Amino acid sequence: MKILVAIKRVVDHNVRIRVRPDGTGVETSGVRMSMNPFCKHAVEAAMQLSEAGHGDEIVIVSIGPKASNDVILTALAMGAHRGILIETDAELETLAIAKLLAKVVAEENPDIVLLGKQAVDDDSNHVGQMLAALTDRPQATFASEIKVVGQGIEVTREVDSGRETIAIPLPAIVTADLRLNTPRNAALPMVMKARSKPLAVRPVAEFGVDLTPRLTIEKVSPPAERAAGKSVASATELAAYIATEVSQMEAL
Amino acid sequence: MSVLVVADHDLGALSPATARVIHAVSELGPIDLLVIGQDIDAVAAEAARVAGVTRVLVAKGASSSDADASLIAALAEPYHYIVQSAGSVGKDRMPRVAAKLDLMPVTDVVKVLGPTRFERPIYAGNAVQTVSDGQARHVLTIRASAFRAAAGGNDAPIEVIENSAASAARLIAAHRTESDTPDLATAQIVVGGGVALGSAENFQLIEQLAKKLGAAIGATRAAVDAGYAPNDWQVGQTGKIIAPDLYIAIGISGALQHLAGIQGAKKIVAINADPEAPLVKLADLALIGDLFEIIPQLLVELDKAGLKRD
Ligand SMILES: Cc1cc2nc3c(=O)[nH]c(=O)nc-3n(C[C@H](O)[C@H](O)[C@H](O)COP(=O)(O)OP(=O)(O)OC[C@H]3O[C@@H](n4cnc5c(N)ncnc54)[C@H](O)[C@@H]3O)c2cc1C
Ligand SMILES: Cc1cc2nc3c(=O)[nH]c(=O)nc-3n(C[C@H](O)[C@H](O)[C@H](O)COP(=O)(O)OP(=O)(O)OC[C@H]3O[C@@H](n4cnc5c(N)ncnc54)[C@H](O)[C@@H]3O)c2cc1C
Repeated sequence: MKILVAIKRVVDHNVRIRVRPDGTGVETSGVRMSMNPFCKHAVEAAMQLSEAGHGDEIVIVSIGPKASNDVILTALAMGAHRGILIETDAELETLAIAKLLAKVVAEENPDIVLLGKQAVDDDSNHVGQMLAALTDRPQATFASEIKVVGQGIEVTREVDSGRETIAIPLPAIVTADLRLNTPRNAALPMVMKARSKPLAVRPVAEFGVDLTPRLTIEKVSPPAERAAGKSVASATELAAYIATEVSQMEAL
Repeated sequence: MSVLVVADHDLGALSPATARVIHAVSELGPIDLLVIGQDIDAVAAEAARVAGVTRVLVAKGASSSDADASLIAALAEPYHYIVQSAGSVGKDRMPRVAAKLDLMPVTDVVKVLGPTRFERPIYAGNAVQTVSDGQARHVLTIRASAFRAAAGGNDAPIEVIENSAASAARLIAAHRTESDTPDLATAQIVVGGGVALGSAENFQLIEQLAKKLGAAIGATRAAVDAGYAPNDWQVGQTGKIIAPDLYIAIGISGALQHLAGIQGAKKIVAINADPEAPLVKLADLALIGDLFEIIPQLLVELDKAGLKRD
């Protein structure tokens, strides 16, 4: 079985981001970048499937600037076999990303494509579902468990009412949620070894996909600030505050 | 300009999110409300009562990602807007629908500024994007908590439509969280508990307080990961987004990913042992101390104050 994992390089989730004063976006220069956390869970899931005898080859793909090599190397150090960087300095929309990934799927013909459920920068939560539409494959989003059963997979999904388990045939698209697994940290020898694994860098133009943005981002603003609060010293005062709030609510 | 809204429903009832979505898009054009699923007669009847709905379309059959997306894409032609709430179903279906129609969706909309201009949060709500969508048609998901609900009292006609969409997926099991608390995403009051509760048993303190206040229950990822609370109670960037009138956060530090889910709360109360916790700094009102002492006292004091909503 062949597994393709799509990963994204994003501003590290521990960084407190700053909106540029001119409203053009979020400051990303000089900020620590790393692999999107959800993508790490996707890579780990591929490794675990492979270790259970269900993945002969794990291929990593990332779309982004040259520096995205770093996150591909991280995934290779976790144990993936080879990487593809589709190089572009442009900020692409999710539809364009999905179209590029669909081309890679056509070339590689993987049995399972794993993605993160969302990227922590744009929080779109689009790409896996779009890729499933474009490749006409079944999808299982927000996965917290993946089991290979016969010719297909059973995936437990985190949904608004709890969890649900669905069975889908392969080939399929799966997006990873955070409770899917605990991603491994690569040991130093693996990090060294990753550098000798194949990593193809291909210019985005090679894929012949129309990348023109459909949307215009007029501006990016900071969220409204909250007014400073106060503190109380006892549960009695707190109860009085809550009772007042509740009666105001009910008056409406 | 016409609008197709896809209804959310669960256990034979229309979800409260849908009336809010209807309200959010009511200025965009006449609205058809599509209900997909099995045993949905009661849902359709409820849907017909929502003010602003021109017509209810009923498509009977099992609901699943691929089949729903095919059905919605096939119905899309006459509509300028295709819309669902940004709950787990809308998040799963709408990007698939958009890609089928070769459209870029605008998701998690928190403000409709005009027919083609929308606001959506990014970076866990630490920035807000103003997006303008020049495409001929628009696929949107709406963050229900950011809008008020449309009124009732309508009597829209109900039409059953053909649904021949097939799915490759098979539902094997639903693991539901049994609870009689209000819907978290649209609740007026939410009581949230963090990992500080220490066990699923202790987490019942949060549930007791919630019950007294008629509130929904929220939890942090750390509390869910530790097994103290079910996953569908998680509030935050990767959980549910809430916007209650009152949020009471107990033993919660206020990590940025948790704050992402509560920015829409009107008033925030924090109970925490640490006066430096980010949530204490953000709260309208804070009480510093041990939650295991404070909650039992608070339950008694609320009784004394005559408060009873359960
Ligand atoms: C003009 C313009 C307008 C835009 N408007 C919007 C808008 O209205 N709404 C909006 O949501 N975004 C908008 N964007 C941002 C754009 O959609 C995102 O930067 C980008 O396409 C990916 O979004 P995401 O990472 O949040 O995707 P998600 O769907 O959240 O990502 C899910 C998963 O897809 C995979 N993936 C995502 N990106 C890559 C990648 N580069 N390489 C490999 N795998 C990847 C990963 O596995 C990831 O975990 C706009 C961009 C431009 C230039
Ligand atoms: C990609 C990503 C996505 C995430 N998504 C989410 C999300 O959606 N939602 C979410 O919640 N988290 C999310 N997280 C996790 C988040 O970063 C935090 O780890 C989590 O919110 C912390 O939970 P907590 O406040 O319960 O625990 P802690 O941070 O450990 O805080 C516990 C708090 O309890 C207080 N306390 C301890 N004992 C007592 C006592 N006896 N009485 C009173 N107070 C006490 C402490 O002072 C402390 O402030 C995400 C993380 C990542 C990396």
